[in-house]
Amino acid sequence: MPAATVGQMTSAPPTDRDAGARRPDGGPPAVEVVDLVKRYPKASSNAVDGISFAVRRGEVFGLLGPNGAGKTTTVGVLTTRVRATSGRAVVAGADVAADPSAARARLAVVPQRTNLDQSLTARQNLLFHAAYHGVGKAERTRRADELLDRFGLAERADAKVDKVSGGQAQRLMIARALMHDPQVLFLDEPSTGLDPQARLFVWDRVRELRDRGTTVVLTTHDMDEAEELADRVGIVDHGKVLALDTPAALVARHSGGGSIEVVLTPGEGDDGDLAGRVRRALDAVRGVTGTDEMPADAPSVRVRASVDGDPASSLAPVAEAVDSTGAVVTDVRLGRPDLEDVFISLTGRELR
Amino acid sequence: MSTTDDATTTSGTGGAGDRATGRLTPVLAILRRDLFVTWRELPSFLAQVLLQPVFLLFVFGQVLGSLGFLADGYAQLLFPGIVALTAFLTSLQNTALPLVIDFSFSKEIEDRLLAPTPTTAVALEKMVFATLRAVVASAAMFPLGVWILGEIPWRTEGLGWVVLLVVLGALTGSAAGLTLGTLVPPSKINIVFALVLTPLLFTGASQYPWASLDVLRWFQVVTAVNPLTYVSEGLRGTLVPGTPHIPVWLCALVLVGFLALLTATGIRGFLRRALD
Repeated sequence: MPAATVGQMTSAPPTDRDAGARRPDGGPPAVEVVDLVKRYPKASSNAVDGISFAVRRGEVFGLLGPNGAGKTTTVGVLTTRVRATSGRAVVAGADVAADPSAARARLAVVPQRTNLDQSLTARQNLLFHAAYHGVGKAERTRRADELLDRFGLAERADAKVDKVSGGQAQRLMIARALMHDPQVLFLDEPSTGLDPQARLFVWDRVRELRDRGTTVVLTTHDMDEAEELADRVGIVDHGKVLALDTPAALVARHSGGGSIEVVLTPGEGDDGDLAGRVRRALDAVRGVTGTDEMPADAPSVRVRASVDGDPASSLAPVAEAVDSTGAVVTDVRLGRPDLEDVFISLTGRELR
Repeated sequence: MSTTDDATTTSGTGGAGDRATGRLTPVLAILRRDLFVTWRELPSFLAQVLLQPVFLLFVFGQVLGSLGFLADGYAQLLFPGIVALTAFLTSLQNTALPLVIDFSFSKEIEDRLLAPTPTTAVALEKMVFATLRAVVASAAMFPLGVWILGEIPWRTEGLGWVVLLVVLGALTGSAAGLTLGTLVPPSKINIVFALVLTPLLFTGASQYPWASLDVLRWFQVVTAVNPLTYVSEGLRGTLVPGTPHIPVWLCALVLVGFLALLTATGIRGFLRRALD
């Protein structure tokens, strides 16, 4: 085989998450949703169609789903911004419909799009937020200093917020959310649009929060994020919860096997449709259950073969089949099944 | 009364007081934020709200008078109307415009809607804040009036009515602004403002006494549905009682009615925008 690199798309060992899920259940759940339905006027179907789940105290819970699946509406109900058509939602012991003020005192929201107060500086954003929540002056000053420091914003503390970068704005919104010491923190797509450094930083802060006992509910369509952060994941589509468990358990239950992905460049005298020929060759290999062409930089092509069982045991016959097409292999990746496979198998492939 | 009773009464009252303060804390903090931002931008705020009334007063009261186009004493009739216009339109614009921006573009209001207080209280804070701005602007019109016109109509015994009518006018304007800012879709706000503000400006009996419109009956009817008419007429009746006017008490009463109606529609609109 020509110079090939073999990497493995394995995820982190699942033991941490299992431990998290098995953490002793301390009292009533932090978030409880029972038969929640939301129907918008004039809509042909329910945006949320009978969702039920419970989030344990101190847990990081991921709501995973394609755009329009109903996760944002569900979080809208939980954060008192959307009125449910029927069903019940309780956050930190407060029923969001019956006592929204009490629920708001105990929860915090970090939205996807910045909604910082543009007339104020970073520090003033934190201070006024705490004042809205009745935090005393000395205490809010102390918390603001601490959070600005913890979120790497001390140097930008007195800058107007329209002058801070996207990553800084995101961090500032998380810091602001923590100013009133919420019991449950809702994060909407926390790392969308962030650079890798900012993303890792946000992930670290979320883990830190969990360690301090804050419950975190995050919505995302980023599989890495869900797999990396969430103790348990609920996969939502068409307003329903399709599956709910630890990422490891979901993968074990819903995914048939692994995958082998090969990147190829056409050999000399190649007469076109390389991807098609490779796919036909791979389809004939024993153990291969399906093939897909993945995006790649021309003239390279990337083909992914789904396989039964451990992908490593199918590597040799797959390499042989690819070789028979005359293409030059430039990269090979073995994919252990991950959350993305579960997600795709549950929610389908079509674009939303 | 025994000591025990006293203690119970005291602690009971204190507890209720604390609870009331506790519930008001978020709204007061939101008001403090608005005042903090306004205070920092005081000169630009005053320029923004005073330019229009000052020009109206200058051109209609001073320039046209000096050129001899106006009857003697017209400036004295105009002044109360301009104060009324300042109170009503300043608070209308200072509620409607920020709301449109808040709900559709900046989303800044989201953080305040998540404060532990009823959503209605956040809407009422918008009204109170706009009213405060309008009252400050109206008060500033008095020294500016003296400066531009040389003298302004004034009756110290009418001070109570002046304050009441300015506050009522500003509150009614803010309620109208709350209604306008939440009912109109953001994409149409420019056209709605153009179509609503100019008619409000000229059908509010600011530039003419309402009773004198007898000669233009249809216009008199039109002006009667503009809340500004009652602010203008009430202030004119208080400051220049010799001019025929709608009774001042009736003006106050009608304004209370408009205020109740527009507050109800405004809060409904606000809740509709704030909650899905």
